[in-house]
Amino acid sequence: MPTPDSTEVGDVEAAIRARLFALPQPHFLAVDRLDRPTADALLDLADAFVALSRQRDKKLGLLRGLTLVNLFFEASTRTQSSFELAAKRLGADTVNMAPRTSSVTKGETLIDTAVTLNAMKPDLLVVRHSASGAAALLAQKVSCSVVNAGDGWHGHPTQALLDALTIRRAFGQVGGLAVAICGDVLHSRVARSNVALLQLLGAEVRLVGPPTLMPSGAAEWGPAVHHDLREGIRGADVVMMLRLQLERMDGAFVPSTREYFRYYGLDAEKLALASPRVRVMHPGPMNRGGEIDSGVADDPAVSLIQDQVEMGVAARMAVLATLAARLEPRA
Amino acid sequence: MSGAGRPLALINARLLDPASGYDGLGCVVVTEGVLADVQHRPTLYAPSSDLLVHDCSGLALAPGLIDIRVKTGEPGAEPKETLKSASRAAAAGGVTTMVVQPDTDPAIDEPSVVDFILRRARDIELVHVHPAGAATRALDGRRMAEIGLMAEAGALYFTDADRPIVDSKIFRRILAYAKGFGRPVAHRPAEPHLTAGAVATEGALASWLGLPAAPALAERVMLERDLALAELTGADLIVDQITTEGALETLARAKARGVQVTATASINHLCFNEVDIGDYRTFFRLDPPLRGESDRLALVDAVASGLVEVVTSAHAPAPAEDKRLPFSEAAPGAVGLETLLPALLSLHHDGGIGLLELLGAVTAAPARLLGLPAGRLARGAPADLALFDPQAPRVIDAATLVSKSKNSPFDGRRLQGEVRSTLVDGRIVHGELG
Repeated sequence: MPTPDSTEVGDVEAAIRARLFALPQPHFLAVDRLDRPTADALLDLADAFVALSRQRDKKLGLLRGLTLVNLFFEASTRTQSSFELAAKRLGADTVNMAPRTSSVTKGETLIDTAVTLNAMKPDLLVVRHSASGAAALLAQKVSCSVVNAGDGWHGHPTQALLDALTIRRAFGQVGGLAVAICGDVLHSRVARSNVALLQLLGAEVRLVGPPTLMPSGAAEWGPAVHHDLREGIRGADVVMMLRLQLERMDGAFVPSTREYFRYYGLDAEKLALASPRVRVMHPGPMNRGGEIDSGVADDPAVSLIQDQVEMGVAARMAVLATLAARLEPRA
Repeated sequence: MSGAGRPLALINARLLDPASGYDGLGCVVVTEGVLADVQHRPTLYAPSSDLLVHDCSGLALAPGLIDIRVKTGEPGAEPKETLKSASRAAAAGGVTTMVVQPDTDPAIDEPSVVDFILRRARDIELVHVHPAGAATRALDGRRMAEIGLMAEAGALYFTDADRPIVDSKIFRRILAYAKGFGRPVAHRPAEPHLTAGAVATEGALASWLGLPAAPALAERVMLERDLALAELTGADLIVDQITTEGALETLARAKARGVQVTATASINHLCFNEVDIGDYRTFFRLDPPLRGESDRLALVDAVASGLVEVVTSAHAPAPAEDKRLPFSEAAPGAVGLETLLPALLSLHHDGGIGLLELLGAVTAAPARLLGLPAGRLARGAPADLALFDPQAPRVIDAATLVSKSKNSPFDGRRLQGEVRSTLVDGRIVHGELG
């Protein structure tokens, strides 16, 4: 794998242009719609964007003249600013919409909002919504490219892409690695998208969590399902912890936070069962002492959590650039 | 052309009469709104000279369909559907009798609302409309509604429609009380704690789509209770929209024990399965949700074998603004009055189920269940008739439906069967003759 980090400024841009391609589909909605060559090509391109983001001049005009709208029906500072930075580094104009505080609360529907926005002729619409399928629904109703930034429990494809990028950079490749995704799989769009992408890239994926937080039929998606964290992470190369919302730890899904942490919280002792080269990931925000112990989360020798944030911007730049490449023949 | 005018003879038709089991050429004479004669020969033996004769060669003639589960928006939500628009849709679909559900606003929970529905139906003068009365006041599941008074006013059966009556003590009393008036009680079997918030059937597909889902057995859990209480009270229970293989097994056992029970299936659950929700298409957001293919096949078998006696359209209009939403936020339900017959015919053409078995589930069986004189081609029966081409291919276009709401899951589907004329009490309410 080429490592553009160390190359000269002009080489970075050249590497990006050499790897740039037009995404085969008009929207970026779900990992299911990617094939292996496209996924690999997106990761190669994202890799080049990491190098760009580490330079003093982080700008490249691939999106110059284009407008990106961030439409976040659910608040998420992290994902929204990641998309905003990605778009700005590529030269796009960006607008952030938080419909919670605008007309959606006055009875305007998701589609009304989107159609109104569409009339303002944005080129890229980044959507987060609490309902599964919301991004796909919008994509049917607008003329711009839609990027799914999280729809209900269903999908978060750019998160999966950034996780794959993080893993690939840490290990050199994704194929052949054992990745354990642990915690509240039931309500996790991150888990679903990661299962799809990591399996596409050849990883051995395991799902670990209490039976009440494991989706019905999850084994039919391909991964092995474990209810014992120690068993599930044994020998794993990557342990990906999922956030468990505190209100789900009060008796509805699991009895208490302390019981959850005892059986499903990741600490150094349990982590010792994993592969000696194990790395730990978390999509954030973390519940320290809930699903993960601070000692593990903050240990630079194992934690990839900060890398994930950095890779997030690069992965989103790759998605936006390949969607934009559909709009105009690239110079 | 009207019932009061000259007698009408329909000749050279393929008569399909599930009540008598007759499927063959024949002719009927309509006089004064009733079937004055039915002959199992292509043309009349001794035609009188004042007869208006219509040649039905190539077409099938069946009793008009009886659809016992129809929702309109009247009173209270007229932009969805009025009794008039639903009546037109029914006529266009060969449905000559419909039983409207009581979950309106206000609910059909007392005799004056029953009167209102019947008066509107008389004014509209298209198809027969009968109300089902609410089992509990304001459908609250707690206080028994005026079942006797509503029955006397014309309510055919009692139900809280989509809402389960959770309190078993109240449900037992409703069953027992309605039995005293000779009326059946319908109940949707769904254990409400298991189904709360669910929009799909639990399984790998719903999980992958990230949709809140309930296990299919939530139906069986509640059905076991309903059947036990029906057995205890000796009441007539209608199982409203049975959908799962497990519940069908439970139903078969209860019937073998002699429990008084009639089950209905919606046409949607006979024609679609959970895979249809794969693109989050909200026209497939139904309640109960679509099930697995093995459930669908079991349901089709149950209709073919007579375990499930009645098929309904489960007509539930929802306007665009209630459907153009993310799947889990969209209103459940599908319109079905106009597509009921061609959809049933598709089960015959594609599934090989007997035409008479299928038609019986929308004619003779519901008539028998509710004590209606219609639903058969017999001398003296009301001249409620559906004349249709059972082969005619068509692509359903939801936009062209008569219904005010266009939420048809059959949109874009190829079906076979086209209603040419519908007669109610001898009046032509759809199409034309001659």
